[in-house]
Amino acid sequence: MKIAVVVRQVPDLIEPVEIAASEKTVDLGMATFRANEADDFALEQAILLKEKSGGSVAVVALDFGDVQNTLYTAAAKGADRLITIPYDADLPPAPKEAAAAYAQVIRGLAPELVLVGSYAHDELESTLAPLLARELGLPFVGVVRGVRPAADGGTAVVFKEFPAAALAKMTVKLPALLGILGADQPPRYVPVSRIRALMKTAKIEEQEAAVPDASSAVTVRRLYHPAAGQRAEILEGPPADVAAKIAGILKEKGVCK
Amino acid sequence: MTAAHARVKPELEFLMQVPLSPDRKTILDCMQCGMCSGSCPLGDAMEYPPRQMILEARSGGLEAVLRSPSLWMCIGCATCSRRCPRGIELTDGMWPAMRDKAMQDGIQPPAELQEAFQNVFKYGNSLGQSPRKRLAWAENLEVPVRDLSKEQAPVEVLWLVGDYPSYYARNRTVTRAFARILTALGVRWGVLGNKERTIGDCDRLFGEEGLFESLVEYNRALLDQQQFEKIVLLDPHSYRALERFYPRFGAKYPVEHYMTFLAARIEQIKALAVKPVQATVAYHDNCCVGRRYDCFDPPRAVLAAIPGVNLVEMEHNRQDALCCGGGGGGMWLDAHIAAHGGTRLAERRVREAAAVAADVLAVSCPFELSRFEDAAKVAGLEGSLKVRDLIELLAESLDLGEKETV
Repeated sequence: MKIAVVVRQVPDLIEPVEIAASEKTVDLGMATFRANEADDFALEQAILLKEKSGGSVAVVALDFGDVQNTLYTAAAKGADRLITIPYDADLPPAPKEAAAAYAQVIRGLAPELVLVGSYAHDELESTLAPLLARELGLPFVGVVRGVRPAADGGTAVVFKEFPAAALAKMTVKLPALLGILGADQPPRYVPVSRIRALMKTAKIEEQEAAVPDASSAVTVRRLYHPAAGQRAEILEGPPADVAAKIAGILKEKGVCK
Repeated sequence: MTAAHARVKPELEFLMQVPLSPDRKTILDCMQCGMCSGSCPLGDAMEYPPRQMILEARSGGLEAVLRSPSLWMCIGCATCSRRCPRGIELTDGMWPAMRDKAMQDGIQPPAELQEAFQNVFKYGNSLGQSPRKRLAWAENLEVPVRDLSKEQAPVEVLWLVGDYPSYYARNRTVTRAFARILTALGVRWGVLGNKERTIGDCDRLFGEEGLFESLVEYNRALLDQQQFEKIVLLDPHSYRALERFYPRFGAKYPVEHYMTFLAARIEQIKALAVKPVQATVAYHDNCCVGRRYDCFDPPRAVLAAIPGVNLVEMEHNRQDALCCGGGGGGMWLDAHIAAHGGTRLAERRVREAAAVAADVLAVSCPFELSRFEDAAKVAGLEGSLKVRDLIELLAESLDLGEKETV
């Protein structure tokens, strides 16, 4: 099976996220970037499918953030092609614009299956996976936790999660695009020596694709921290003082003695 | 090469490349006496204790050994290596090589350990903290901290602070106290600030040789830019790696653990340590600087210099000291070890301290504070046994601590 996986770079939350002075966006001036967690699961699912049924895995990413480490790690896990799309803005594009760019490259790969993480924590309006499916004109199933190739070769069996952890077993005609929430196993660990070896030998292809200007339908009017409500009190101070305050409140409310 | 080496199975070739002793012994030299397994504090819980691991590997069962949970249960105490009558280096040689082989073959290490590796690879510290917060421990410190990453200057001591001393709240008290002690001793010292990354000893012990090599490359480039007389560390594991394993890559530096650094200044310390610390103290010999280097007297000399300290010895001390369970990657293996029947070694150790009526368990390794404090709570000793770094006790006697008393 010929599989394409989209791997995005998202702000790494080890750095504090601050609201910008404009109060319309977050200030990412100090941010570092890392591979999106759900995309990591999409890659793992793709590698598992390849190991089980053969085929190839191409990883497509915007040339942004820590993308080189991400791609060499993907190669160490078993990806066959590493493709970047040149991109020189300071912030990643919104999902709609990103979908248009990814679609230009993925069409040329003619994959039977496209896997994209179900979510990214920097997505404000919609998510990439269904938008990319629309751009590519492919059937779409989102919030998928497992994929099996069907015996007929023209379909795949997918497991879609619903609330209360209910799973639906579905058959989808290929080619298709799946929004991946989880894989059949957690993303594998690969030793750093293998990643370092591939940094010397693996080739990252560059494929041009136009990233449209943002034409968002959503206007952010104001970003702000939640204000203390009538019955909410934000406890501040050193951890020991906060713990003492919590203990006092619990006693006062009769929760404990 | 011996005749036995010539007959070695191809699958064991990787182990033949690992020097297991100065005279290049290999696991083929093991005579199966069982000293290692009998000495291993977790051997009773292992499917393959060290002796059986060697036997199985030599008998065609390498795959089973690599897939066994036992492979990730050694916590690097080095008791087996020090007691081996053939002088075979199991802890620093065989175990890392086996683990490296397992990971190269696609066998997954325990999840907590994977996370620690990934944190080191991405952020340069095992706790997954921002490199920008490396110097947060020094906020509002009343002594000046020379950040050599911002302004290079010749110093007597380049202090590599370490991960836990930089980031972990409990350890920061010790870190701040050491900064005050260095200053009080008149030492010209500096740190590497946000440029510092972990030295990588635990990563090496757990078989992540590629990660260790990448750290050696980074740290070597950084250290070679600095002007210092010696490196001093709080972490005995990092001391071990810098002293023993960095030179294999051509990175040789004068390096000292803080215990010997302080012991070398004992007369100066005696003159300054005027405030009594009334406590019955049991000292826990750490595995890296203690057992591996026979460094047992310097920490006791420092404790003896503190007026009021009554030093007592636990049942297992010096060369026979019981490991805290955190070394060699053990900090990230508690769940794995417990899931496979291993006991928490730190609990056994705090009970040993209580058995000799100690009211303070003194330590000299950043891992030990949290491990023993947690163990004291579990063992019901929280009110009667305090865990203090040797630096904290000394700082209290020098009136340089955070104003907490024993």
